[in-house]
Amino acid sequence: MIRFSDVRKTYPDGTVAVDGLTLEAPTGQITVLVGPSGCGKTTSLRMINKMIEPTSGSITVDGRDISGMNADELRRGMGYVIQSGGLFPHRTVLDNIATVPLLLGVPKTQARVSAMELLERMGLSTSLAKRYPNQLSGGQQQRVGVARALAADPPIMLMDEPFSAVDPQVREQLQDEFLRLQGELGKTIVFVTHDIDEAVKLGDQVAVLRVGGTLAQLASPERLLADPADDFVADFLGRDRGYRGLAFAPGGSVPIGPEPTVVLGTSSDAARSVASGAAWLLIVDEAGAPVGWVEPARLGARVERSDLHRGGTVARASGSLRAALDAALSAPSRRGVLTDDAGRLIGTVSAHDVLAAIEGAGGSADGTPASSNGDGAP
Amino acid sequence: MTWFLDHLAQVGGLLVTHAYLAVVPLVVGLALAVPLGWLATRFPRLYTPLITASGLLYTIPSLALFVLMPLVLGLGILNPLNVIVALTLYTVALLVRTVADGLSSVPEQVRQAATAMGIGPVRRFVTVELPLAVPVIAAGLRVAAVSNVSIVSVAALIGIAQLGSLFTDGFARDFLDPIVVGIVACIVLALILDLAIVALARAVTPWLRGGRAG
Repeated sequence: MIRFSDVRKTYPDGTVAVDGLTLEAPTGQITVLVGPSGCGKTTSLRMINKMIEPTSGSITVDGRDISGMNADELRRGMGYVIQSGGLFPHRTVLDNIATVPLLLGVPKTQARVSAMELLERMGLSTSLAKRYPNQLSGGQQQRVGVARALAADPPIMLMDEPFSAVDPQVREQLQDEFLRLQGELGKTIVFVTHDIDEAVKLGDQVAVLRVGGTLAQLASPERLLADPADDFVADFLGRDRGYRGLAFAPGGSVPIGPEPTVVLGTSSDAARSVASGAAWLLIVDEAGAPVGWVEPARLGARVERSDLHRGGTVARASGSLRAALDAALSAPSRRGVLTDDAGRLIGTVSAHDVLAAIEGAGGSADGTPASSNGDGAP
Repeated sequence: MTWFLDHLAQVGGLLVTHAYLAVVPLVVGLALAVPLGWLATRFPRLYTPLITASGLLYTIPSLALFVLMPLVLGLGILNPLNVIVALTLYTVALLVRTVADGLSSVPEQVRQAATAMGIGPVRRFVTVELPLAVPVIAAGLRVAAVSNVSIVSVAALIGIAQLGSLFTDGFARDFLDPIVVGIVACIVLALILDLAIVALARAVTPWLRGGRAG
């Protein structure tokens, strides 16, 4: 556990970067520091590994005050990932990853073998091992950056906007992989971002900081969305808070109706008879995975791929109410397609049923009363 | 051409001395410029004084410095060490700025990542910053090498024999051949040093070769 106690950082020119920050980052969880630029989030992160010394207050790691600890030794026990990876341009991918183990005295061959394993674990081809960072794509560099931070298996990871420099699609992929990896590793992570959506997606708890370095609210993402402590937090969270909050509500309670389907390539006559007059018919592939909707009235001789309407999103039955509602709203038939975890069709839900489930859940993702958790916001 | 062929051994000897007088200061000067350049980047307050001082040093006319050196060092006027020390000063003057600029060219992200991984300042300088500064330093080294080859020839005026002696000799006798041979030999020497530096820099920066890939 990392604990900030009344930490303050002022610079000689009088700028207050962090002001009276008290915060706990629990062991094995992801704590996200989020806020606009100038809120002291990166400064706070860098005080954990002593790259910046606090002006007053104390920071402890597992109960030990870091002020008396050797900076280099402390840092070798904390993985650090920054935007664009911060990779060493003059070292190969493999040597980049092996940096900290080598500093810690791990024999070279062993360090390289483990680096190779990490490369695979991060979903990178081992053929990249001998390349230099400038020969990799942005997403690959970022993965190598995470691999390098993990190489010495540190219990703590500090991540400073690690996914900001890649395009949105790759970012989402990296975030998903990051969550999967954290599910396996259970590191104590402090994660800095300016992107509230990223904070809400990744954080076990989210600390919203305001300009001047004060803590506006510390809460779980669902609580943050359901009950912002003040106008600043509410504004920072932005629009669609109710809808986004549904991402944390499990979708299991929505009644799933059976959906008539035909396989791609079926003759139009057969398709029309299955649809029995409905405007839209769901098409699946041989494995039973939904591929899209068609209008039976407009079919040619057979159901072809070119007939498919692809507007509908597909939700997992084990997923959230948000995904189920979006599936219903985006389907041309207004029936949301639900699948099992292997991607096979289970059935469909209507937006009405999803809304009924939302109301049935008590109107909020957590039923606790407001204003009990505005830590640090007097 | 016949003059050149007749005096092949003499020109060869002068060329070797010339190369020696140009290269030794280059190496020693680089060795001195690296710590000075590091100081200039490590302590920003030192940057301006160091760069200004080295700039001023370079403006001292070489002939004046050659004449002054024996007085300062207490050596005989014909001692080649005078030339080596003077040229070392010029090399340092040229390279301090280059080294400082090379070290500043290291991306801040990389420096921070190195620090955050627990690489201490000395190790960081040797294993991260200096290698990444090589392209910039090599560019400055090429200028210094050519400059040294050119300045060494001035030492002929104080009686240190090298390719420059061919110029004084030619002028004294109003005879063009040795002057032309001297110029060509200087150019060849400068080219060889330049190519050697380029090849060396290329050899120690393998990451700059090979294109980007997806």
